Amino acid sequence: MSRLTSALQGRTLTSTGIVYLVLLLAVVAGAILTGLEGRNFFSQGNISSILTGTSILGFIAIGQTLVILVGSLDLSVPYVVSLVSVLAADRMAGETSHVPQAVLVALLVAALVGLANGVIVAWLGVHGFVASLGVGLVISGYLATNYQGNTGSAPRDFRLIGANQIGPVPVSTLIMLGCAVAAILLLRRTRVGHHMYAVGGNREVARLSGIRTSVPVITAHVLCSVLAGFAGLLLLARLSVGSPTIGQQGGYDLMSIAAVVLGGTLLAGGKGNVTGTLAGVAIFAVMDNVMGVMEVNPFLKDVVRGVVIVAAVALYARREIDRRPARFERPSTLDAALQEAR
Amino acid sequence: MSAPVETRPHREIPAHQGGLGYRFAAAVATPGGAVFLLAIGLLVATMVANENFADPGVVVRFLGRTAPIAIAAMGQYFVIVSGEFDLSMAAVVTTQVVMAGNLIGQDEGRIVPVTCLMLLVGAGIGLVNGLATTILRVPSFIVTLGTMLALAGLVRYLTGGAATGNPVDSFREIGRGGIEDVPVVEVLPYPLLIFLALAVYAQWLMRRPFGRSLIAAGDNPNAATLSGTPLWWVKTRAFILSSLSATIAGIILVGYAGVHPKVGEGYEFAAITAVVLGGVLLGGGRGWVLSAACGAFALELLFTLLTVLDVESTWRDTVQGLIIIAAVAVAGRAWTVGRKPRGGRGARRTEPLGSTTNQPTQGPITGDN
Repeated sequence: MSRLTSALQGRTLTSTGIVYLVLLLAVVAGAILTGLEGRNFFSQGNISSILTGTSILGFIAIGQTLVILVGSLDLSVPYVVSLVSVLAADRMAGETSHVPQAVLVALLVAALVGLANGVIVAWLGVHGFVASLGVGLVISGYLATNYQGNTGSAPRDFRLIGANQIGPVPVSTLIMLGCAVAAILLLRRTRVGHHMYAVGGNREVARLSGIRTSVPVITAHVLCSVLAGFAGLLLLARLSVGSPTIGQQGGYDLMSIAAVVLGGTLLAGGKGNVTGTLAGVAIFAVMDNVMGVMEVNPFLKDVVRGVVIVAAVALYARREIDRRPARFERPSTLDAALQEAR
Repeated sequence: MSAPVETRPHREIPAHQGGLGYRFAAAVATPGGAVFLLAIGLLVATMVANENFADPGVVVRFLGRTAPIAIAAMGQYFVIVSGEFDLSMAAVVTTQVVMAGNLIGQDEGRIVPVTCLMLLVGAGIGLVNGLATTILRVPSFIVTLGTMLALAGLVRYLTGGAATGNPVDSFREIGRGGIEDVPVVEVLPYPLLIFLALAVYAQWLMRRPFGRSLIAAGDNPNAATLSGTPLWWVKTRAFILSSLSATIAGIILVGYAGVHPKVGEGYEFAAITAVVLGGVLLGGGRGWVLSAACGAFALELLFTLLTVLDVESTWRDTVQGLIIIAAVAVAGRAWTVGRKPRGGRGARRTEPLGSTTNQPTQGPITGDN
């Protein structure tokens, strides 16, 4: 059985391959539907708007991938996004000279939140779902008590990060892709990255093999919160004011988990990669863009999103049944390229 | 973890030794028992802080108000104990509330057929959730997230974003009425009676083969399958029960909250919080259904106490967050008592890992995917 599955997966398609096929399908369908509306899907403006749409969810989903890989979950990301956005906006107060300090403080706070999540999960043995939900609620209470509405302001130079483009590619998306490459290298090239897979696959076995299991768990949570902090800063750059509810409005907790699972990462941990997650995020962005062009009712968008998430995951969910050999699957194309570059 | 237990089947479990008093104390010491102590403690604290609360009538009315969330928690329990999640609960509540408002209207003759239709829709949603989870093998987290988005979007689309409609008063009586002129407590709210009936039913169900298989499925899906449990049907039934309980919560909620697209908001996380507070293990296999219901009452009592103590309502979230983390941290350790081989070096060395020792073979989120 396992040999059969690995033969099927190995030569023909990995689950990441399927995700990219789905993405291709979404792009083709999008191009046709946009064409029927008399617009060009591949126009520079449209491409850059899709790429802009990927950046914020992209940051969060990369972090969420790491957390899910170690077998945990992070539901506190929307609150971290909001927290970072108000903290940084308050520190900046419209002064360019305050930007580095504000960014540093905000990201440090985000890292501390991640540390709290990680410590609660790793040392207290609390399920990631509850730990991060609890930490998120704690932040939510703090935000609701101390901030009544929009606060602070971002200086013009900082706002440019959200607006600048190199060709059709927004700078924010480039930074996001940079983070993705860093995450891929972390997972593929570093000790802690390998340990993340080990701990997510089976924590007890990892422990018995001599891995200090708390280190990868805490690392993943800290990185996830810092990446959510990046998303918060980017939202601040776009809105130019800090908003204490911006994260919750985006529903980033559940959408990022959906993107990660759509990208072929196993929700139980131990199997998956960042490359797939990027495709998952891109599928959402293409879908949103096409529905925007077609002027679909915003409420119906949610219906389509819900159905697509379930249907897309159902496409390859059955293939994960035999998951042990799959963890040592052939490297995907991008990973292979990285390997050759070495 | 389970190997030493199997090789020594006659090993006495500490909780099974001693007399009735000792066994009662041992039961209270489990997370599922401790939540009752927590609820009683919170009730006493609230009574001390606010004398009005010492009146039995007020307490009963409070219980009636809390009944829908407790009913939802019992529904969520079935899903969680089988190792899955149901995030679609809030959307189901909203759907049912809007359906009641628009289909019943001011026509009393429609109450029975529409109520049947609502229960049917509820069961249908549960069936879809269950089959997608078990047959399509999509993780329940994703399935119910999808149904949540789809249902909430559909309801808002059909109502144009602003739900209107108001069911006839005799239907709303289910939620806000009660049996009048009862000695001591004055009025016995219908929601409380519905809750009690459902609690008895849930407890009976959990002692039936279905309940036993459900816990087995959550504890170790492979073992359950190998011993002949139809895993897909057991879990699908759990999802149907969960959606039905959300439907009943919706029927009650429309009584005192009226029709509003935000009526069910936050119900999924509230129900999961209540279940977790009731000492039920996320990942499945441990916990008692009535503890889950008691978790809902404890949570609401906590909020009442905070209100009574004049804590700003904005801090409620923070307190709730701290409480659930603490409760689960304690519960994760307590469930291992009596299941661990004692005295051996191995036992001591697994100690720092806490929760992993609870779940011998399964991943932390979903039972089978």
